[in-house]
Amino acid sequence: MSLTQGMKAKQLLAYFQNRADQDAREAKARGDLVCWSASVAPPEFCVTMGIAMIYPETHAAGIGARKGAMDMLEVADRKGYNIDCCSYGRVNMGYMECLKETAITGVKPEVLVNSPAADVPLPDLVITCNNICNTLLKWYENLAAELDIPCIVIDVPFNHTMPIPEYAKAYIADQFRNAISQLEVICGRPFDWKKFKEVKDQTQRSVYHWNRIADMAQYKPSPLNGFDLFNYMALIVACRSLDYAEITFKAFADELEENLKAGIYAFKGAEKTRFQWEGIAVWPHLGHTFKSMKGLNSIMTGTAYPALWDLHYDANDESMHSMAEAYTRIYINTCLQNKVDVLLAIMEKGKVDGTIYHLNRSCKLMSFLNVETAEIIKEKNGLPYVSVDGDQTDPRVFSPAQFDTRVQALVEMMEANMAAAE
Amino acid sequence: MSKVEAILSQLKDIAANPKKAMDDYKAETGKGAVGIMPIYAPEELVHATGYLPMGIWGAQGKSISKARTYLPAFACSIMQQVMELQCEGAYDDLATVIFSVPCDTLKCLSQKWKGTSPVIVFTHPQNRGLEAANQFLVTEYELIKTQLEANLGVKITNGALENSIVVYNENRAVMREFVQVAAEYPQVIDAVSRHAVFKARQFMLKEKHTALVKELIAEVKATPAQPWDGKKVVVTGILLEPNELLDIFNEFKIAIVDDDLAQESRQIRVDVLDGQEGPLYRLAKSWQQMYGCSVATDTKKGRGKMLINKTIQTGADAIIVAMMKFCDPEEWDYPVMYREFEEKGIKSLMIEVDQEVSSFEQVKTRLQSFVEML
Ligand code: SF4
Ligand code: SF4
Repeated sequence: MSLTQGMKAKQLLAYFQNRADQDAREAKARGDLVCWSASVAPPEFCVTMGIAMIYPETHAAGIGARKGAMDMLEVADRKGYNIDCCSYGRVNMGYMECLKETAITGVKPEVLVNSPAADVPLPDLVITCNNICNTLLKWYENLAAELDIPCIVIDVPFNHTMPIPEYAKAYIADQFRNAISQLEVICGRPFDWKKFKEVKDQTQRSVYHWNRIADMAQYKPSPLNGFDLFNYMALIVACRSLDYAEITFKAFADELEENLKAGIYAFKGAEKTRFQWEGIAVWPHLGHTFKSMKGLNSIMTGTAYPALWDLHYDANDESMHSMAEAYTRIYINTCLQNKVDVLLAIMEKGKVDGTIYHLNRSCKLMSFLNVETAEIIKEKNGLPYVSVDGDQTDPRVFSPAQFDTRVQALVEMMEANMAAAE
Repeated sequence: MSKVEAILSQLKDIAANPKKAMDDYKAETGKGAVGIMPIYAPEELVHATGYLPMGIWGAQGKSISKARTYLPAFACSIMQQVMELQCEGAYDDLATVIFSVPCDTLKCLSQKWKGTSPVIVFTHPQNRGLEAANQFLVTEYELIKTQLEANLGVKITNGALENSIVVYNENRAVMREFVQVAAEYPQVIDAVSRHAVFKARQFMLKEKHTALVKELIAEVKATPAQPWDGKKVVVTGILLEPNELLDIFNEFKIAIVDDDLAQESRQIRVDVLDGQEGPLYRLAKSWQQMYGCSVATDTKKGRGKMLINKTIQTGADAIIVAMMKFCDPEEWDYPVMYREFEEKGIKSLMIEVDQEVSSFEQVKTRLQSFVEML
């Protein structure tokens, strides 16, 4: 604890991100289990069992942000992965192949030696959940097959009607119980239900403080720069069942609250317009997207993507239906109507003036309904929008020039609307 | 015209003119048709209403224009065609459309139907080993049943449904036999004919289809099989169309001795088992039994091994992977399968299936050099 005392939120973020990877490396060295997990799969079961967790999507995003994606994409390409497969998945399969080669030959391949990738160990098991896409089923099938390790699947059926029906929750809760039995077999010891309760409580505290941060975007001017949510996301993904996330988010939310009281805002008085970002960040060009918008005095105060991890549930519910609901209600796992409702609420809360839709080459689920979503929302609240091409880790898809032209147009529309309203 | 030719030509006509098949059915029975989106739906429920289940598998060579507004260029080729046809109103005569959502593309497509027919969406459970998955699917099927009854104004009785299950099981069994016969008699059942027999199945009542295919099998088997001096392949993928592409197989004497196409053999792979449970439960259970398909989750990844077994059993020379353009579930399966083929020394070739193209010169060259290498 003393190590982190007095650290600012930003320092805590960096510290705990490294620490999580370090935990996994140490676990591996001790001969303990390491699990690779889909980003919104429930970690509660593995963490209860003391298994160290690594999140390939976050890991791949990190590689992308540090401009190391191309090397890993090329390894995946040589293994037969089509450019059409999600680039998180391809970066991760490339990385996994490098680790596998190292394990077999004892020699690190050149691309790995030169990679800016955080050093994480191979998994002993994987856990996946399709609440953000079915791609994560295919990707984890491949990890399990190529490494010959167990794969725990939490299938949350697409909610084509809302509200989420009881029979879906019952099916998911049954899979939770099944995952627990799988883990008992894998670990060779019984599940610790008392610890499980503590882990659920911990997760809820992390989620609580995560939501406190996002809530700060409702103020006008905003003390929160929405892009910070993208930076802090790493911990809500990778450490929400540990106190790492709670400590960091609490510190950040407290800082923001103090700033608000002191009248310190993210854009220091330069906030002219506010926008919603819909979709995943363009990690390799995160700086460009942020700076362009900042240059136009436009601040992001709404985004549904980090809100995927608003996984609040009743930790005392022994049926686990509440937890099942939390993991299946993710807005992209629901019908178009609900998706629209979720975005409308975010826009209203963040008092946004318009939306940037990221048409993500990697992500079919987060792209193929953009046109309909945008049209319905425009009809409801009249706010302008633009669509920009990108990809969350394959750096080749995003075009800075296209981005700048489109967002310039958006900002002009937003400013014109404001002028008209005055 | 021989009997065999007559039956094949009848099936080819139906395969080529689904609209006519539907109109004829309407004229004959006074009932309409229900669209079945790929890949799997409990068609037996539709059959039990007396409506004609019609498969929706895109079109060939349609250039994409209206669909561009609604789908980016990286959506799979078949759904681009389906979207284009929706925009043109091509499916508006369907009394209803049933949508399963086993891939990310279909989840989205199920929420943006541009036609006028009412859409029924349901989700397959993917943790298929669990009994809870069967229970979940039974409830989804109950909802399909209720919506079908409401949309069509027909009651689906257990008796009618049990009868439909028998009809479908028989059709699947006969089609599995047909696959073997086609492998033994490639001179009689060439690639184009083989496909037509499968495709016509999508636009006919299955009992009628069964009767025709039975007759066809009997006629073909009446003469002894001749030795085949060409090559033999197993094909896998979503679908292998159009006839111009299959003509190339014929030209280079490539016999399709077995397939794992979503449009063909995956539809007939598993039956609905007999048992004490109710029909909806048994229908649900058949999804649990499904294997070797890119949209039926399998953490053991058995598809490559299944294809290798098919290749060995049929004595095939190679596997041809017909890759639907931009189909990510299939693309994710490929690297693992490919590695397994290589490890077993089984030759394979991947060709791209793009429903928008109408020129096949490139595929032709590739198939030709592949055959020469075998
Ligand atoms: S980017 Fe999209 S396809 Fe890829 S893992 Fe995330 S949700 Fe799935
Ligand atoms: S992506 Fe593949 S499985 Fe999905 S609809 Fe397209 S062809 Fe079918």
